[in-house]
Amino acid sequence: MPPTEPSSDTDWDGVRLHVVTGKGGTGKTTVAAALALALAAGGRRTLLCEVENRQGIAQLFDVPQLPYEERKIAVAPGGGDVFALAIEPKAALLEYLELFYRLGRAGKMLERLGAVDFATTIAPGVRDVLLTGKVYEAARRRGKTGPVYDAVVLDAPPTGRITQFLNVNEEVVGLAKVGPVRNQAGSIMSLLRSPQTVVHLVTVLEEMPVQETQDGVAQLHEAGLPVGGVVVNMVRDPVLPQRSLTAAAKGRLDRAAVVAGLESAGLGGRSATLVDGLLAEAGEHALRVALESAQRKELAALERPVYELPALSEGIDLGALYDFAEELREQGMA
Amino acid sequence: MTEKRTARPAKTSSGRRSAPLDVDALLDDPATRVIVCCGSGGVGKTTTAAALGLRAAERGRRVVVLTIDPARRLAQSMGLVELDNAPRPVRGADTAAGGSLDAMMLDMKRTFDEVIEAHATPEKAEQILANPFYQALSSSFAGTQEYMAMEKLGQLRTRAEAAKAAGRTDEAWDLIVVDTPPSRSALDFLDAPQRLGSFLDGRFIRILSAPAKAGGRAYLKVVSLAVGTAGNVMTKILGAGFLTDVQTFVSALDTMFGGFRERADRTYRLLQAEGTAFVVVAAPEPDALREASYFVERLGAERMPLAGLVLNRVHVALAEDLSADRAAAAAEDLDAAGGQALTAGLLRVHADRMRRRDRDRSLAVRFTSAHPTVPVVEVPARAEDVHDLEGLRAVGADLSKG
Repeated sequence: MPPTEPSSDTDWDGVRLHVVTGKGGTGKTTVAAALALALAAGGRRTLLCEVENRQGIAQLFDVPQLPYEERKIAVAPGGGDVFALAIEPKAALLEYLELFYRLGRAGKMLERLGAVDFATTIAPGVRDVLLTGKVYEAARRRGKTGPVYDAVVLDAPPTGRITQFLNVNEEVVGLAKVGPVRNQAGSIMSLLRSPQTVVHLVTVLEEMPVQETQDGVAQLHEAGLPVGGVVVNMVRDPVLPQRSLTAAAKGRLDRAAVVAGLESAGLGGRSATLVDGLLAEAGEHALRVALESAQRKELAALERPVYELPALSEGIDLGALYDFAEELREQGMA
Repeated sequence: MTEKRTARPAKTSSGRRSAPLDVDALLDDPATRVIVCCGSGGVGKTTTAAALGLRAAERGRRVVVLTIDPARRLAQSMGLVELDNAPRPVRGADTAAGGSLDAMMLDMKRTFDEVIEAHATPEKAEQILANPFYQALSSSFAGTQEYMAMEKLGQLRTRAEAAKAAGRTDEAWDLIVVDTPPSRSALDFLDAPQRLGSFLDGRFIRILSAPAKAGGRAYLKVVSLAVGTAGNVMTKILGAGFLTDVQTFVSALDTMFGGFRERADRTYRLLQAEGTAFVVVAAPEPDALREASYFVERLGAERMPLAGLVLNRVHVALAEDLSADRAAAAAEDLDAAGGQALTAGLLRVHADRMRRRDRDRSLAVRFTSAHPTVPVVEVPARAEDVHDLEGLRAVGADLSKG
């Protein structure tokens, strides 16, 4: 099947690099993986990258640890391939040196002297240039018939660090005033600031993650980096109708009706503490729904496209990833 | 500590065996001098540290809490608005039991600057502070925050001892509670300072800063060749100015105090010292618990004293006798019969909660079977974030129910 042209009905047509960030614990790796699947659907080819040495992709797809090498890890719905790559700064540096300087054995010598460790862990900013540099290379790589990947999805560092991570130019400007790293940083920046890149933020409907999302959006704007959509993860639908929620919040649910209901459900023999427990749980449920709706309003005020993914009480497995990919497609993210 | 762990294995409702973490005993023990809260990002470390500090203070300890990156409203409620990198009294803490509570927020760049200023002549300090490599290192290197958190901990301890020796009460803290920097891996806190120390004190940086001295005679030829290559490559990649900056930085630093590694080692040993207790914080999520496991194993290997695990934000149900399946089935029956929509809805809310509770519980059991000797306390999930002392008090009460 020939690769299909990017479909023209998504919110991010023309975007080739999707950066996914989010506060720790909000499920950004899951969202990045689902997005890579969704973008590959219908015979396309995507690359899913991680940069935090965490092997989160391997765990999610239940495959052995990923090496520093692009590997096919999944087939998308309707055909299409998802490749994955765990970018490791040392390997990226050696690859870079090999590419530009043909170091051969001198590269090994550098490593033994601690120069590689120095460059990848201490020299501030260099590490991030190497990581984003590899993503940049993959996003721009061309084969005989066009780009090798239709889209690259980056499972990026968390919201609190994302602007600094992407703003590599700023990071190295004070240090490397001239030379290849400086130039490299410049090229990376121009891709990151172009319409070919967006940064999506993953959150859940809780106060701190929403606050961090707002801060993250402001910082990205300030740095001139393109803000994409907001993905609200782990959304739980209200179980009770609005009328009951209002009553539950005020502690005014009809206790007699609940007692009668339990009776007809064959649970009448249970203790009164069951009724108390259920009423209290309903009250807390109502409180949570109210808090969530307040957080939703905060997110809406950001005026970015919002996508929602449901909470799964059983946790995430491969099947859930495909479901999420489908959700994201239906909502227009891919 | 060890005795207590093995002496009182408790059987919880789910049947797993693990000792409860007795938080109040830990806080009340005058031998407990430092509590380090660690865990992966987003599990509630800061809140736990603040809640432990408040509870200890209200039980009579003289406490200082070192937070790293508190949520805005929590910081405000603790009076952490003065950003002067020094502890301030927290207003509203109940001091009736004779305790006190101070708190501060770490400013990593400032702490680094203070280290330089304290150890160098004014001219030298000025020179270092203006160095571009130093500026980048002190504000953006990923390990600096961890290193400076440890540095600050050491400083607070010294200040407390000085105050005690001088008979002053204002800074005579007898308990320091430390929050650790938000990182993906809890291990970063232990590893980053040494990594930073050994690099700044390491071979490569010495070679760069003083090629003639490095290596010794036998290596001379090879090393100078390699250094030549390394230097050339680094110069090519980063530009000539960079290496000069590094060299001036290192030589300026070198003359003023006995090396970074030694300093890092010293703070590290402080963590192994008697009176330090690690509290590992995790949420009932596979990733967070995996990190907690690594950390627990690492603490054991380093012989660092682990007090126990705080399992934060655990879902509980308020009518635990009715199982998720039974509640869901009853709700379906009611729907089929019609006319009892409210009860059916309540049963569904309950089934949902029970499912979450069951999932959290099975994750907790997995942890305790792998680490049966680690005392655990579970803190129930709350609907709202904690952003005042009242909330911290409630968390403290939950923590002590272990």
